[in-house]
Amino acid sequence: MGMTIIEKILARASGAKKVSPGDLVVVDVDTAVFIDNAFLPASWREVLKVHDPSKIVVIFDHRAPASDRVSALSHVTGRAFVKRFGIERFHDVGREIGIAHVVVADRAYALPGTVLVCADSHTCSGGAFNCAARGVGAPDMIYAATTGKTWFRVGETIRYDLEGKLAPGVTTKDVFLHIAGEFGEHANQNVEFGGSGLKHLSLNARRTISTMGAELSAEFATFEADDLLLDYVRKRNPGPFEAQYADADAVYKHRRAIALNQMEPLVALPDTVVNNSVAVGRVAGEKIDQAFIGSCANGTLDDLKIAAHILNGRRVADGVRLIVTPGSQEIYRDALRAGYVETLMEAGAVVTNATCGACGGGHMGVLGPNETCITASTRNFKGRMGDASARIFMASPATVAASAIAGVIAHPGEFTKEFQL
Amino acid sequence: MSGVISDRVTGRVWKFGENINTDLMLPGHVHAASEEEQARAVFSANRPGWAKEVVPGDFIVGGRNYGMGSSRPAARSLRNVGIACLIADSINGLFFRNCVNFGLLAVECPGVSAEFAEGQTAEVSLADFTVLNTATGKLLQALPIPDNLLALMHGGGIYPVLEKQGLIAPKTKTAA
Repeated sequence: MGMTIIEKILARASGAKKVSPGDLVVVDVDTAVFIDNAFLPASWREVLKVHDPSKIVVIFDHRAPASDRVSALSHVTGRAFVKRFGIERFHDVGREIGIAHVVVADRAYALPGTVLVCADSHTCSGGAFNCAARGVGAPDMIYAATTGKTWFRVGETIRYDLEGKLAPGVTTKDVFLHIAGEFGEHANQNVEFGGSGLKHLSLNARRTISTMGAELSAEFATFEADDLLLDYVRKRNPGPFEAQYADADAVYKHRRAIALNQMEPLVALPDTVVNNSVAVGRVAGEKIDQAFIGSCANGTLDDLKIAAHILNGRRVADGVRLIVTPGSQEIYRDALRAGYVETLMEAGAVVTNATCGACGGGHMGVLGPNETCITASTRNFKGRMGDASARIFMASPATVAASAIAGVIAHPGEFTKEFQL
Repeated sequence: MSGVISDRVTGRVWKFGENINTDLMLPGHVHAASEEEQARAVFSANRPGWAKEVVPGDFIVGGRNYGMGSSRPAARSLRNVGIACLIADSINGLFFRNCVNFGLLAVECPGVSAEFAEGQTAEVSLADFTVLNTATGKLLQALPIPDNLLALMHGGGIYPVLEKQGLIAPKTKTAA
């Protein structure tokens, strides 16, 4: 029997002809991405040797520019690590900074068919690039940097065939919320995405889905490679790669079709992501204090574009804070050139520098007691964005933008009839 | 790494539900804090005071997908409050990695949460990967843990291995 995409990548990386669910594989790591959190005093251990500095990338993102003394110290430690081992791919506070998984996409560090690790759960973002990208722990990162290797348990794979085309104003965030609501967690399983609808989805749109794979508790979230992806990667990264494709007789635990034209805007209710999605109408009218658009899942140029389209010529409601955080400074510059930033700011949004920011409750948009937020980011766990009594609803950037105007949770439909990406 | 590995561990059970997430075990507001502060904050949002009640050697029995969420070192916090073994219906893959990484014994045992009440005693055999409820006599089959991962769990995780190989410096007091 044949292999799924992820099985093919892991077989190649471990030097095996074939891997199957249940196997424990030791693989060569092609790219090890260190974020600023890795250098926090409670996490970091002094590295004496590295296996290959050219395979290491360092990106400051969670608290950058430094938000307090401890994060400033982590940056100092990170810079010393970069200098000591001559790491060239370093994204410090400045022109090339951004959220690690977004920079990984901007620069195509996640090469198709390769293995990438980072100590952040949303590393699966790189799966949109046909890459075995996985969040690991801090010790795994130091192990990968010093030995060049890591291990994975091979899980069974669930295949999602995306068919048709999304209606205007419906985004892949809604597709994700549909999958999470309908099928729940996918712990210890892989998810694989393909199908005839893929050609209608930009890489940004695909990345929203792969990034949210972490919220399904999936081991890996991997997309089929197509020309759109391969052209994008070749233009940005000269590194060698070989995209991996599922065998015709690959074995899937389940194979599910998703009709994109039937998707509608959804909202995840507070406190947990899976089995928690409802139609926007179910919670429409719920008063909000803050609206957030950003993170590795929803800080793309597509996300800023739809938010700007909705907010163009309109105003954020009194008493509501709309915070918009582009995923990288590169995206920020693109959004400036396209006029999105001016539109958002005129409407009353605060557009911040690129960072994880409010998504993780680290800085720039932390919630207070009993506040209500609607967020287009990664996660709505209790207490994640600030006080444990705050309620976090999670939706698409379109729904968040429409809600910011209304001051209450609102369906984006009336604003997006003409919208085209 | 200790040369003697007991193949049987016993402890008093604390019960937790399904989809227990990392942010409950290691809240964001102590993510940048010391290990000691992180340990004091375990389950502070959903079960205030719990971290003080735990006695070293206690077990946690949880439901499905225990430890979903982020890559933060929440497994280390459980180890630091004294949890000797985590048993759950299933354990999130990333959290399981961190149990290996930081040396927390973690056993997946389908159906375990239905068979234990809080305060009962669980006996885990690492020879045949069974879980016994000493109060009811119910014996459950757990999933085996590969030898090399079990050795890391028992040996304090990955760092002692890397120290031994001269790849990282020994932990200094100020690093905590």
